[in-house]
Amino acid sequence: MGFLTYLINGLSLGSVYAIIALGYTMVYGIAKMLNFAHGDVIMIGSYLVFIGMSNIGGEQTGVMQVVKVVVCLAVSMIICAILGMVIEKVAYKPLRKATNLAVLITAIGVSYFLQNIALLIFGSNAVSFTSIISWQGISLAGGALKITGNAIVTIIVCIIIMVALMLFVQHTKPGQAMRAVSEDRDAAVLMGINVNATISLTFIIGSGLAAIAGALLCSSYPALTPYTGSMPGIKAFTAAVFGGIGSIPGALIGGLLLGIIEILAKAYISSQLADAIVFAVLIIVLLVKPTGILGKQIKEKV
Amino acid sequence: MSLLEVTNLGISFGGLRAVDELNLQIEQGELYGLIGPNGAGKTTVFNMLTGIYEPTDGTIFLDGKDITGKRTADINKAGIARTFQNIRLFGDQSVLDNVKIGLHNSYEYSTATGIFRLPKFFSTEKEMTAKAMEILSVFGLDKSKDLLASNLPYGKQRELEIARALATEPKLLLLDEPAAGMNPNETRDLMNTIALIRKEFGVTILLIEHDMKLVSGICEKLTVLNFGRVLSQGKTSEVLNDPEVIKAYLGE
Amino acid sequence: MNAYKKLNKSTQKLLINIVVIFAVYIVVTIMDASGNLSSLMRGLLVPVCAYSLVAVGLNLCVGYLGELSLGHAGFMCIGAFTSAFFSKAFQDTIPDVPRFILALIIGTAMAAIFGFLIAIPVLRLKGDYLAIVTLAFGEIIKNVITVMYVGKDSNGFHFSLKDQMSLGMELDGKMIINGAQGISGTPRQSTFGLAVLLLIVALIITHNFVNSRTGRAVKAIRDNQIAAETVGLPITKYKLTAFTLSAAIAGVGGVLYAHNINSLTATTNNFGYNMSIMILVYVVLGGIGSFSGSIIAAVVLTLLPEMLRGLSNYRMLIYSIVLIGLMLFNWAPSILKWRQQHGLKAILSKFNKNKEVQ
Repeated sequence: MGFLTYLINGLSLGSVYAIIALGYTMVYGIAKMLNFAHGDVIMIGSYLVFIGMSNIGGEQTGVMQVVKVVVCLAVSMIICAILGMVIEKVAYKPLRKATNLAVLITAIGVSYFLQNIALLIFGSNAVSFTSIISWQGISLAGGALKITGNAIVTIIVCIIIMVALMLFVQHTKPGQAMRAVSEDRDAAVLMGINVNATISLTFIIGSGLAAIAGALLCSSYPALTPYTGSMPGIKAFTAAVFGGIGSIPGALIGGLLLGIIEILAKAYISSQLADAIVFAVLIIVLLVKPTGILGKQIKEKV
Repeated sequence: MSLLEVTNLGISFGGLRAVDELNLQIEQGELYGLIGPNGAGKTTVFNMLTGIYEPTDGTIFLDGKDITGKRTADINKAGIARTFQNIRLFGDQSVLDNVKIGLHNSYEYSTATGIFRLPKFFSTEKEMTAKAMEILSVFGLDKSKDLLASNLPYGKQRELEIARALATEPKLLLLDEPAAGMNPNETRDLMNTIALIRKEFGVTILLIEHDMKLVSGICEKLTVLNFGRVLSQGKTSEVLNDPEVIKAYLGE
Repeated sequence: MNAYKKLNKSTQKLLINIVVIFAVYIVVTIMDASGNLSSLMRGLLVPVCAYSLVAVGLNLCVGYLGELSLGHAGFMCIGAFTSAFFSKAFQDTIPDVPRFILALIIGTAMAAIFGFLIAIPVLRLKGDYLAIVTLAFGEIIKNVITVMYVGKDSNGFHFSLKDQMSLGMELDGKMIINGAQGISGTPRQSTFGLAVLLLIVALIITHNFVNSRTGRAVKAIRDNQIAAETVGLPITKYKLTAFTLSAAIAGVGGVLYAHNINSLTATTNNFGYNMSIMILVYVVLGGIGSFSGSIIAAVVLTLLPEMLRGLSNYRMLIYSIVLIGLMLFNWAPSILKWRQQHGLKAILSKFNKNKEVQ
């Protein structure tokens, strides 16, 4: 039973990674850049939810509680989406034709910027994030297998987001534009697709999802600091590479695998070495399949 | 024995048969042309000869040695050098250094000798520079030795690529559309240069070209490819009068 | 002067760099002796040189090999821990000077060995995949060191990945690496003079390397790998050589760093991806391929937050804004175009042209 509990916890953590990884993978697929600041958008989103939850009208119960959570999340998502769009316009767009490395360093600058803004406003001490899910969860097999409400909701939210996003990308006009830009930006321009708008949209979606990911992450790991987004950001990025960067199903598979490996390694091998094990698995996967699990091989034309 | 002996060479990409049953013999000292419409598989043949693609079937012998499927660097050491249709120079390095990189395997000193600047470093570098300048002067590039390769005019870049290939002391030189993008005057100069390097360096040349004037002007033998297969093969004058070839080039 | 003019341009530049570094060294030493250097600044002298060394190493990898590594803090970490381990373990048995020289050799060699071993699989990958795998290796190195426990007693060395107790040492035993607390009490032998000397040596070595037969081959592979293969260059051999040298230089930085602090720990900020990224910022801002640029960027960007200390909480915020601004100023194509037309150089050249006309 212990194993099942770990597996479910791993799936739950993996779902959070998968949602964050979406942000990395979509931006990479469409703008061909590593957005190092994505993890910090998660942190900002978490703080926004935290402020909302602790300042809006006292303890609620039942339906009112759900309404409050949804409102807080929605506001946080909107602000993060705008933040993502502004970051792209101000810091990344001017460098679109410059070398990849320049954009990478700028993204690092943006990451420092967001961390230090948060540091100024909220200070370096951790605040305790109250879970947005008040449901205690279910208990199976006579109490031997407990599944927390956090885990169940996280997994379900992740599934909903994935399905919605796949439908969006496959069946809507903006989604098709995204696929076209990711396939061949220059050809997309010739076909009359507005590349700037498409890239903006990608940042808006990715950053909006980051707000949800932050709230879910902090519901399970409540200590929130200005650096909260950094390590999960790196790990989710790893998950995106793991699954094959640029691929949405890849982000899901990579995120889930990473979460499960991390929790199982913590439980059965060593809690201190869990990160090392996660990264070691990544390396092995990339050596066997150099473009990740679902990544496409691109050959240079001679 | 021929210098290059290609037997039943073929390659498939997925379901696509890009080159099929190619047989080719090139004798020592010959100037041989490989022609055909766009997409006929000419560059693919070059890529197989230089080990960039591994042939699906068939064999390649150079000077009696089997080089089929060998690695590109080893094939160069065995004696094949090439140029590219889309010029591939070491753009961020000087004209001189581009040729010195071509000389890399002919002169040797260790990495440590280079780092600690032992006497052998200075003597070898001096020899390399002298040899590189000698090759550059054949192309009149000696005056531009300190320019960055990417700053050379287009036609000169093509010549530098030939100079770099010659620096590896090949037995067989492959030229992929050397006259592409040149005007008639430049093409005439290029024909003279090719004739000159054959004489000076004693090298056998196989070239891909679209410019029929150049091909009929300097090639002794031709192979015409169409849809990956040999359409016609033999002496230049005979091949160019072959009704099949005329049909493929002019349509019916 | 004539002898100087006979040298080629890159050698001239190297000589100027060395002279400038030496001059800075003398000025700083005089300032220090006359009491004009704050203790804070004095404390930064050796770390700045250590970061500069790692940046020079990374620049070799990014600028000349053309591969992005996000794991160079890992090599610095290996250099730091292996050398500090040696110094601590033989503190009472080998005299100071030969011990430090041995520690330097061991730290550098171990970083080189790890660089070589990691490069074998890593260099098969390309671009961003290579970057993420080096990041992963750096994290693994850091992570593994934080769970290492090594002690020494009359029976010799004891090793564990669990905790101090499981070492089972005699009463006379002393801890050398104490898990997350790392190594404390390493002899503080990194002086500013030594740091400057090592930096100059590293500059000479990298300069000589990139301007040698091997260096040319490495640059050729960077510029066009397929063309490099067709002129017969053994790609893997030279990629490995350059990456190993790059890791070794980062290791020297680690040795310096370790012998300058009381307590050496492998935290995220010291040796994790944060440090790797900080070093990468030095390399990119200083100019990819310019070793002296890396050093200048390392010095300026380490001192900048300290000089802004008066602004207390705002300093890192300002730092990040300066970083973004500098990147846009130096790389954004639209700004570059504007600078070409209206920048200082453009104005000067216009001025010169006018003069010629007259």
